[in-house]
Amino acid sequence: MTVRAREEFVKPASGREDAVMEVKNLKVHFQLDEGLLKAVDGVDLTIRRGRTLGIVGESGCGKSVTSQALLRIVPASGKVEGEILLYPSDRSKIDGIDIPDGDPVDLVGLDGKGRTIRSIRGGEIAMIFQEPMKAFSPIHTIGDQIMEAILLHKTANRKEAYDIALETLRKVGMSNPEQRMDEYPHQLSGGMRQRAMIAMALSCEPSILIADEPTTALDVTVQAQVLQLINELRDHTGTSVIFITHDLGVIAEMSDEVAVMYLGKVVEYTDVDTLFYGPKHPYTKALLNSIPSVARRDRLESIEGTVPFPMNLPPGCGFYSRCPLAEDGVCNAGDIPLREIARGHRVRCVKAEQV
Amino acid sequence: MSEAKQIILEVTGMKNISRSKRFFKRTAGSVKAVDDVHFYIREGETFGLVGESGCGKTTLGRCILRAIEPSDGKTHFRDRTGNMVDLNTLDSRRLRAFRRDIQLIFQDPYSSLNPRMTVLGIVGEPLVCNKLAGGEKLKERVRELMEMVGLDSRHLERYPHAFSGGQRQRIGIARALATNPRFIVCDEAVSALDVSVQAQILNLLQDLQRKLGLSYLFISHDLGVIQHISDRVGVMYVGRMVETARTGQLFARPRHPYTEALLSAKPLPDPRRKAERIILSGEVANPANPPSGCYFHPRCPYATDICRMEKPPWRAVGDDHYVACHRTDELELQGAAI
Amino acid sequence: MSTVLEKTDKRGIGISRRSRRRRDEQGAYEVASQWQLMWWKFRKHKLAMASAVILLLMYLTAAFCEFLAPTLPAQRFTEYKNAPPQTVRFYDKESGFSFRPFVYDMKMEVDTKTFRRTFQADTSKKYPIHFFVRGEPYKLWGIFKTDIHLFGTKEAGAPLFLMGTDDLGRDLFTRILYGARVSLSFGILGIILTLVLGLLLGGISGYLGGVTDTVIQRAIDLLICLPTIPLWMALAAALPRSWSALDIYMGMIVIFSIIGWTGLARVVRGKILSLREEDFTMAARLAGASDIRIIRKHLLPSFASYIIVNTTLAIPGTILGETSLSFLGLGLQAPVVSWGVLLKDAQNLETLAHHPWLLWPAFFIVLTVLMFNFLGDGLRDAADPYK
Repeated sequence: MTVRAREEFVKPASGREDAVMEVKNLKVHFQLDEGLLKAVDGVDLTIRRGRTLGIVGESGCGKSVTSQALLRIVPASGKVEGEILLYPSDRSKIDGIDIPDGDPVDLVGLDGKGRTIRSIRGGEIAMIFQEPMKAFSPIHTIGDQIMEAILLHKTANRKEAYDIALETLRKVGMSNPEQRMDEYPHQLSGGMRQRAMIAMALSCEPSILIADEPTTALDVTVQAQVLQLINELRDHTGTSVIFITHDLGVIAEMSDEVAVMYLGKVVEYTDVDTLFYGPKHPYTKALLNSIPSVARRDRLESIEGTVPFPMNLPPGCGFYSRCPLAEDGVCNAGDIPLREIARGHRVRCVKAEQV
Repeated sequence: MSEAKQIILEVTGMKNISRSKRFFKRTAGSVKAVDDVHFYIREGETFGLVGESGCGKTTLGRCILRAIEPSDGKTHFRDRTGNMVDLNTLDSRRLRAFRRDIQLIFQDPYSSLNPRMTVLGIVGEPLVCNKLAGGEKLKERVRELMEMVGLDSRHLERYPHAFSGGQRQRIGIARALATNPRFIVCDEAVSALDVSVQAQILNLLQDLQRKLGLSYLFISHDLGVIQHISDRVGVMYVGRMVETARTGQLFARPRHPYTEALLSAKPLPDPRRKAERIILSGEVANPANPPSGCYFHPRCPYATDICRMEKPPWRAVGDDHYVACHRTDELELQGAAI
Repeated sequence: MSTVLEKTDKRGIGISRRSRRRRDEQGAYEVASQWQLMWWKFRKHKLAMASAVILLLMYLTAAFCEFLAPTLPAQRFTEYKNAPPQTVRFYDKESGFSFRPFVYDMKMEVDTKTFRRTFQADTSKKYPIHFFVRGEPYKLWGIFKTDIHLFGTKEAGAPLFLMGTDDLGRDLFTRILYGARVSLSFGILGIILTLVLGLLLGGISGYLGGVTDTVIQRAIDLLICLPTIPLWMALAAALPRSWSALDIYMGMIVIFSIIGWTGLARVVRGKILSLREEDFTMAARLAGASDIRIIRKHLLPSFASYIIVNTTLAIPGTILGETSLSFLGLGLQAPVVSWGVLLKDAQNLETLAHHPWLLWPAFFIVLTVLMFNFLGDGLRDAADPYK
C-alpha cells in the first residue's frame, strides 16, 4: 500500500505530453421551468497519464455532472459547451473519426449518440458508479456483461473475450472467477459487485477510468479493499483515474491532483499535498476544518449557511454568502477568475493571499 | 471522567431475533439483528455506537426506544425520581410517559418530516399528543425550540420543502427536544449531510448537550464523527457488541481485532499519513447465517481454533473497558495513527 | 448555546442582506401546502388543464340539460323521422345576411327506385332561432316548473335538429344532452361507491394486516380472475325487470362498485404499507400519537392525492362499462336515455350507412373518456409535488 514505486516511471506533472485529456471551459446548463440551472459553469481540468485527479465537493457542486459530461451522458435537457479534448492512446479503438495522429478528439463536438462516442465510451473512457447494482443488468450473468463490453471494443472472438473477462476478474481479486462468470449480479455481495464493475470497466484497457463515488455505498473495511484495488490497477496499467467523491479522507488517500468544486466551478486546483497543507481558498480551508478528524476533539469549524441553489445566482464569488473574508464590492462585483498563485496551484479567490 | 455521574441507561442481554417463516410454518431461519448486547450510558454522556452496515446498530437503537420490540433483555432507564425502571416490562400507557424522556433523531432529514405538515405541526406534535401545550402556548414553545436549534422562529408556518437538508435536520432535532427529553438516540443523525453542514449539526448537538444536560446514544458508521462526539464508544459486529471503551482508550489502544481493523481502514484526511493498513479479507458476515464461535473469526488475522468453536465471553479488561475476544490478552493491537 | 445563537443571528443577517428580494418572491412557495404545490404543478400541464375545462363544461351541460335542450327527449316529430342534422345559417339568398341564425324547413322525398327516404332543405320556409324561447314545459331538476329553453324556434313542431333525429323522429341533440346527465353522473356516483369500498377494505387490509389482510387479498384475487363482461351481464340480468328506471340505475352502480373496488383497494393497501414504514410515521408514534391520529394526520393526507389520481383514471372505465352494458341491452333500458341506450340505435349496418349521425353519442363517449385520461395524467404528474 505504501509502495509508491510508480513515481519512478511516471514523470512528475509537466507539459502537454502526458495529458490524456484536457477539459477547457466546460459548461453544462439545464434549462428548467424555473430558470437556467448552471450545474457546471466553466471547468478546466487536465488528466495526466497514470495519475489520479480527485474531484471533491459537496452535494450539488456539479462534480457528478462533470463526469457525465466527459462521457457525454448528460441527461437530454442539459446543454454541454466548451472543449473536452481527448488524446487517444490507440487511435484504432475509435470508430468513424478522421483526425491526424497526435491531434485530440473534441468530445463536445461529437454526436452524443454517434458511433465515435460509443466507441470511446468503454473503450477509451470507462466509468464505475456508486451503486453497482444499478450499473449491471439483473437478467444477464456477470460474465456475459463483461464479455459484451469486450466484444464491442476489443475482439469479435467469443472464446478470446471469455478469456479476457476471466483474466480481468482474476486481476480485480475476485475469488473463484470461473464460477463468478456464470453468476448474476444479485448473487454477489456489495464489495464483489463493485469489483465486478471495476473489472468490466478495465476489461477494455481504457486510458481513463472515471470513478464516481465508487465506495460511498460500501462499508469502511470493504472500501479500504476497493481503494487499494483501484490504486494497484492504476499503477500496473498506467490508466488515468478521475476520482469523484465528497470524502476528503478518500481524496487524500487516492489523488495526485485535486480539484475542489463549489457551485459548478473549480475553486481550487492543486496537488494533494498542497491542498491539505496549504489551502488557499477559504472554502477549501473551511471544508478541511469541518471534518471531524482523529486528532481533534474540540469544536468543529463549520461553514455557516448552506450551499445556494445554482440558479439565478448573483454575480461574483459563489462562496460570498458564507465566506468569512467576503468583502462587499470586491468579492461580489464580478466573476472571480481562477488564477495561478504558485506553480500548479490555481485558486478562484481574490483574497487567496490572506487565507 | 468524573465518577460521580450516574448511569442513566443500562442495557443487559438485549436480543432482537426475527424468525422468518416459510410455507407450512417450518422455521426457515432466524436473523439475530441484535444478539446479547450489554452496555450502559452515564448521565450527560455521549455513547457512540459504531459498526458497518447490517451490524444491528440501528435495530439496537430502536429496541431501546421500543420502536422495535426486543425479543429478550432488559433496558433499565433512570426516571426523573432516580429509580431504575425496566422499559421492556412497561405497558403501552406507562411507556408513553417514558417516551417524553427518550427521543429519537433520524438519519434522513427528508423522510422523517411529514411534507404535508408545517414546522409548527411537526415540532408541536409531541406537545399536542402528550397534551403538554396548545394554542398560543404551543406556538410560543415551538418558537423557543426553533431558536434553540438555530432556525428562524418566524418560519413557523413553512413546510419542510422550503428548508435545506441541514435545516430539516434542525427541525428534527427541535421535534426531539419538544418534550424536554433527557436521553436522545441519534441514529446516523449527520450521515446524510454534507461535511460542512454535518459540522454545524455536530456543534449544535454538543451545545444542546451542554445546555440541557442531555445524554446521547450516537449511532454512526463514521469513525471520525464517533471519535469527535463520543465520550465512550461501543463497536458492533454482526449483532454483537465486540468492544466498549472510553473514546481515547479505544482509539489509542483497541483490544479487539475488529476495532483495530476498523480504525486502520478509515482513510485519513491527510495525504502525508498513508497508514500501513490492515486490509481485512472478505466481507461482513450475513446475520441470517453467521459463522460459528466468534462471528469475526473468518476475517480475523489472529483467529485460532477456540475462536471458531466458542462464542467469546463479554468481560471487563480495564476501567470502563469491555471486550468480547478470546485472545485479547495475548494480542498487541495497533491504535489509530495519530 | 450562546454561540449557536450568535451564529444564527449572523447567518440570518447574511442571508437577508443577499437574497431578501429572492425570498420575497419565494415567500409563497415556502408556506405553500401540498394542495397549492399540486395546483401549481398541475397548472403547467396544458392538456390536462384544457381537459378539466372541457369536462367542467360537459358536467354543467348535463346538469342544465332540460334548459339547454330545445325540446324534450321523448318528443316525437313524426314528420321528420331519421332526419339528418340541419345546418344553422346566417345567410339567405332572398333576405341576405342576418344576425339571427335560422334553419330551413326540410321536405321528405322518397326515391322511386330504392324507396329510400331522403330529406332536402326547403329554402322556401325559414325558422329563425330565438334565445330564451318558450317551448315544451319541463321541471328543472324535477323542482322548478318552467318552459323556457335556451334556444329554439317560436313555432311549435318546427324542426330544429342540430344532430338529426332517430327513427321515431326524436331530436338526437336533446337526447344526447339528457343522456349526458345519466352517463356522466353514472361515472361519478359509481366511482364514489367504489371509492368507499376500496378505501374501507384496502385500508383495513393494509392497516390490520395478518389474517384479515390475507382474506381480503385472496378475495380480490378471486374477483380479478372473473371475466368482467359476463359477470356484469349475469348481475345485470339478475336485476328484476319490475324495477323502476331509477332503481335499475342505482342497481347498476352497485354492480359496478362490487366488481370495481379491487384495483383501488390494492392501491390503498400498498400505499398504507409503504407509509407505515416511513420515518415520519415512526416519529409520530414516538411522539406519543395514537393510531387514529396517525391515520388522520399522517396517512390519509399522504395518500389523498394518489386516491384522487386513481379515481380520476377509473371514472372512464365506469362510464364505458355502463355504455357497453346498455348497448348490449342489459343495462339501462328505454325510456331512460343514456349514451349507451342511444348507441343501441346505431347497432346495425343499415343505420350506419344511411343515418351516420346516430353515432354522435359515440363521439361524446370518446371525448369524455379521453378528457378524463388527460386529466388523470396531469393529476398524476402533479400528485407528488415533493419529488
